Amino acid sequence: MAHKPTTQAPGIKGWIEYRLPIFSFIDNSVGTKYPCPRNLNYWWNFGAIAGLCLMMQILSGLFLAMHYTPEATMAFDSVEHIMRDVNYGWLLRYAHAVGASMFFVVVYIHIFRGLYYGSYKAPRELLWWLGIVILLLMMATAFMGYVLPWGQMSFWGATVITNLFSAIPGVGESVVHWLWGGFAVDNPTLNRFYAIHFLLPFVIVGVVILHIWALHQHGSNNPLGIDVKTPQDTVPFHPYYTIKDCFGFGVFLFIFSIFVFFAPNSLGDPDNYVVANSMVTPAHIVPEWYFLPFYAILRSMPDIGIPFTGVVFVSSKLAGVIGMFGSIIIFFFLPWIDGSRVRSATFRPVYKIMFWLFLADCILLGYVGSQPPAGTMLVVGRIGLAYYFVHFVALWFVSRHEKTLPLPESISKSVLASGGHH
Amino acid sequence: MEKNMSSRRLRFLAMTVIGFAFVSSAELALADDNPTATAPAPAAAPAAAAATAASAPSEQKPLRKVEWTFDGIFGTVDKQSAQRGFQVYKEVCSACHSLNRIAFRNLQDIGFTEAEVRALAASYQINDGPNDQGDMFQRPGKPSDYFVPPAPNEQAARAAHGGAYPPDLSLIIKAREDGPNYVYSLLTGFTTPPQGVTLADNQYYNPYFPGQKLAMPPPLSDGQVTYADGTPATVDQMARDVVTFLQWAAEPEMEARKQMGIKVLIYLAIFSVFLYIAKRNIWRKLH
Repeated sequence: MAHKPTTQAPGIKGWIEYRLPIFSFIDNSVGTKYPCPRNLNYWWNFGAIAGLCLMMQILSGLFLAMHYTPEATMAFDSVEHIMRDVNYGWLLRYAHAVGASMFFVVVYIHIFRGLYYGSYKAPRELLWWLGIVILLLMMATAFMGYVLPWGQMSFWGATVITNLFSAIPGVGESVVHWLWGGFAVDNPTLNRFYAIHFLLPFVIVGVVILHIWALHQHGSNNPLGIDVKTPQDTVPFHPYYTIKDCFGFGVFLFIFSIFVFFAPNSLGDPDNYVVANSMVTPAHIVPEWYFLPFYAILRSMPDIGIPFTGVVFVSSKLAGVIGMFGSIIIFFFLPWIDGSRVRSATFRPVYKIMFWLFLADCILLGYVGSQPPAGTMLVVGRIGLAYYFVHFVALWFVSRHEKTLPLPESISKSVLASGGHH
Repeated sequence: MEKNMSSRRLRFLAMTVIGFAFVSSAELALADDNPTATAPAPAAAPAAAAATAASAPSEQKPLRKVEWTFDGIFGTVDKQSAQRGFQVYKEVCSACHSLNRIAFRNLQDIGFTEAEVRALAASYQINDGPNDQGDMFQRPGKPSDYFVPPAPNEQAARAAHGGAYPPDLSLIIKAREDGPNYVYSLLTGFTTPPQGVTLADNQYYNPYFPGQKLAMPPPLSDGQVTYADGTPATVDQMARDVVTFLQWAAEPEMEARKQMGIKVLIYLAIFSVFLYIAKRNIWRKLH
């Protein structure tokens, strides 16, 4: 791309290409000139599907925004107006609400694929970092989006989560009032959440572009976790992965549609069909499912101090907030915590077990997050929370001492040895 | 969350297809909002609990399950039943409960003719105005008007019901866990309180209600309405009919949604098969 073309190819395409090399740009990015490892399995579909989700969320959200009213006394009514009076408004809203859940399903699969195959390792650390930034932005976007219908769970979810910032020593309360734009979650809060909810997806698009840029620098990792060595190890992105991604889109949209058309409210809380009421607290405030593991970490943290003396250095509230943010921030350090030179868990027998235990722990925490934090659940939550962080400590040691299995010589040799099966 | 058994089965199928544990964990988390919830949090007015508490404390009895015509992917609203249910709402429920999100014109969805809707609307007096003299005035309803609430505002409603606020019913089916069966169970489930449970004045006992004590008296009794189509108006029948009506009121788009969904799924299934064949063909050339 750095070199200037000297001749103009014939035709309109040539005319445009000579002035704006967009066709070669596309071809270099997702076309015949972008070589990919030939052995990518279906878990590698989820990056493209996540991109599809983002586009669908932006489009459905744009049309919802044309009918939605971000005002505390009218927001709930405007959502019902969309559901009842706007042509196919129910489809827009259900696609957007289910779409948020689907986006998280897809991104979580994408992340765990990266964890299993060691995609975060050199030279892809910045690619990994950008992915974490995208996740954080998605969480902020989803949280604020959930507030917009102004149902009971919108209101109380917003109250609980914004109150987390009151744990900041000294200035916490002021920060919370600043976030609210008042002394409680109210119309100013709704207004700013709407504005930010509209903005952040485009910030995500920007970071996604960086994410893809970083991806293209060294190309995709692959199930063997070994580097591409010769052109025989690769196939061009188009047509091989364009068609594979399209097939993935088909299957994904099928599952997506099952939820949108037949169980659109199955992933939401019934309480959010009750209009927000600051005078009535719901019996049980729970976030959307995709936040439950983090919610469990938040609530499972004990006071941190000297046992049996009553001396508390860090209150459980502040510890919970630190733990919750820490559970994501720690992923920034993962490329260095994990010292193994082998990427793929296929060749790391101990890490493979650790991977599945960690996944199970996240699911356990998700379940705990849905339950009231009392009795057995509190104990289970604390064990789950402890294991979450112990995993990373253990990984530091295991990755430096684990006896890994012999790696294949090359991707192409491995593919041919297994009969070229994909 | 769950609307009914078949959508639960459907979702289970979908999740098996995904094979992805996060959804299952979420399902676990959400399937039952809360079997061991602590007592409802303190509400501003104690009686408000009757109108607002949605999550179920542990003692809440498992709901009675009915096979609804609107269950499942081919489910439809039984229009005869919905019309009878409208009659029950109009003659019984509407004394206390509003239905603010439904306009008279919407009733054509469940099979009322335009003339019937016009006549029904005209039987209500609607507050309108101000006119060009600046005065509010009353006029007969038009099909585009919305149902007239029984009380002009929340305070008036509370004053009329000993402090309790009867909730609007437009979304009640979606606003409760397993809404259709919940409303059915509530309407048919009033009993005398067990030993040791004392009720305050204007309190009634219902094992399906979160907290069991509610301010709503048993609203239905056999023969309370007279159905024009001759259907015997048992409590069970009236409860089924009014649930069908309220299901339609909560999700007027349901039939259109499910019918479109079937077409979309068939299209996507065929489309995906073709894409898979194309993928196989393209990759085959590689070897």
